Amino acid sequence: MLSIQNLHVRVGEAEIIKGLSLDVPAGEVHAIMGPNGAGKSTLSYALAGRPGYEVTEGSASLNGEDLLALDPSERAAKGVFLSFQYPLEIPGVPGLTFLRTALNAQRKARGEDEVSAPAFLKLVRAEAAALKIDFEMLKRPLNVGFSGGEKKRMEILQMAVLSPRLLILDETDSGLDIDALRIVSEGVNAMRAPDRAMLVITHYQRLLDYIKPDRVHVLADGRIVASGGPELAHELEREGYDKYQKAAA
Amino acid sequence: MSLAAAIRADDVDKLPSRRDEGWRWTDLRGLLRAIPPLSPEIEVAEGGPFAAIASDELAYGNGRRPNGADYSNLTMVGDGTMRLRFVSDANATSHSTFVAIEVEEGDHVTLLESYEGQGSAYVASVEIALEVERDAHLTRIILVDAPPDAILVSEARVILHPGATFHQTVLTTGGKRQRIETVVTHPGAGGSVRMDGVYLVSGRRHADITTEVTHARPDGVTDQLVKGCVSGQARAVFQGRIVVARGADKTDARMGHHGLILSERAEIDAKPELEIYADDVACAHGNTVGALDEEAIFYARSRGIPEAEARAMLTQAFVGEVVDRIEHEGARDVARVWVAKQLGGVA
Repeated sequence: MLSIQNLHVRVGEAEIIKGLSLDVPAGEVHAIMGPNGAGKSTLSYALAGRPGYEVTEGSASLNGEDLLALDPSERAAKGVFLSFQYPLEIPGVPGLTFLRTALNAQRKARGEDEVSAPAFLKLVRAEAAALKIDFEMLKRPLNVGFSGGEKKRMEILQMAVLSPRLLILDETDSGLDIDALRIVSEGVNAMRAPDRAMLVITHYQRLLDYIKPDRVHVLADGRIVASGGPELAHELEREGYDKYQKAAA
Repeated sequence: MSLAAAIRADDVDKLPSRRDEGWRWTDLRGLLRAIPPLSPEIEVAEGGPFAAIASDELAYGNGRRPNGADYSNLTMVGDGTMRLRFVSDANATSHSTFVAIEVEEGDHVTLLESYEGQGSAYVASVEIALEVERDAHLTRIILVDAPPDAILVSEARVILHPGATFHQTVLTTGGKRQRIETVVTHPGAGGSVRMDGVYLVSGRRHADITTEVTHARPDGVTDQLVKGCVSGQARAVFQGRIVVARGADKTDARMGHHGLILSERAEIDAKPELEIYADDVACAHGNTVGALDEEAIFYARSRGIPEAEARAMLTQAFVGEVVDRIEHEGARDVARVWVAKQLGGVA
């Protein structure tokens, strides 16, 4: 599914990702944990294709297809979805309009027909209800004036409607109270599927009580320095990142 | 100093120049060495951009009524919606028009005013005198479509009587040099004025939206929102002036101008002015010029929306706030489609 080999990413003058390799097979959920500044967000932005995140070496492919050669919108059409740590406000564009534009742009890029308005609304209504999002909220400009929890639920709604192959969750738990965390996690868990892979990026173990990973990787100083089963997350929660930071340095 | 006077007298010295404070960003004297010869008479077929939403029309072709009749003084009777069309089809010639329109007491009138330009390098002047009688309401929607090398100046003088309202929205893509100017005398007495505008200027075009509202008496409301974007090497000018005369207490005046610069060589010049001589007033103005939010663009792209479409979508939403304020449903739809077409997005 997702295969990253010896990835190096530069932001401005600084190299942040320094030879990262990672494989996430289809059907699996992998967590990436690491201290602040380890490069977690840089990895997610590089995979999504954010301008200014320059890949200087290495490769990243999804189902054998080179992601790095593609424009961000083309990556999305191939199935990459990044749930932002800080979702952006889109003034003047209602959530429904934004989502329908995105869905149809992806379908067009894949050579599929546009989704009809009734079919689209039916899909969104069902997913919004599952995430306890008031449908009226989708008529308001996307994320404008929304609380942190509302923005995160809106991210998961977009994810559910766009139905990506690779889900990258960047600090999805930040800013969520315990109820919102549960709703968001249920939304994510509902998307587990044999043909999907997930990369859950988080600083704290807490999220992984709700979204159970198959593998846990420790990211420190731009590299994966340790990998293991779910128990590794608990070890990190107990002992902190100190020994990995020292190892990386 | 006006383009109309210069054309009528065939005298370039009567053109406004950068030495005139109100014209320093829209210099005409430096642009024209001579007044081009008079434009030919043309036939004007019925239609225009508002054809689908109003049947009555008053049309001018190259500054003349097509059948030769003189309608330079016109009193409008009764409520209704009317198209007012200024059609130019000329090459390197010039023409000017003067129109006077009166809205009678208590009437509600919507003027759908279109500037429809064909040909090239013409110079056109339109002067409009509008008088809105007591408790009458006039809505003026102005859609300007001119060739990139045409010069156009439209100057409207609006006199409102007590309790009258005047709501205007200008929609323009500019021209070689273009100015849409509106000067309103506001009598207060509960009357309201709206002076909105949208400019979408690309290439090497120039668009100038200049407005002046003078509150002469107490209890008047003015609400202004002008938004737009410039790309390429285009230039937009916004000059908004609100004067509150001595004694015009309880005036409520709000002015907003917000521009987007979409390329390095494009330019927006803005001069918002509030001149207040009364004591008890509520006045505010906001003026911003900036770029599109690149993070929001990336966010949209990461969802699968191609970059050009993402930029169009956000720009459209930016100016959409002005379009949404148009009360006339048909005109609002025409404006929406116009914005979408200019920005290459979807309506």
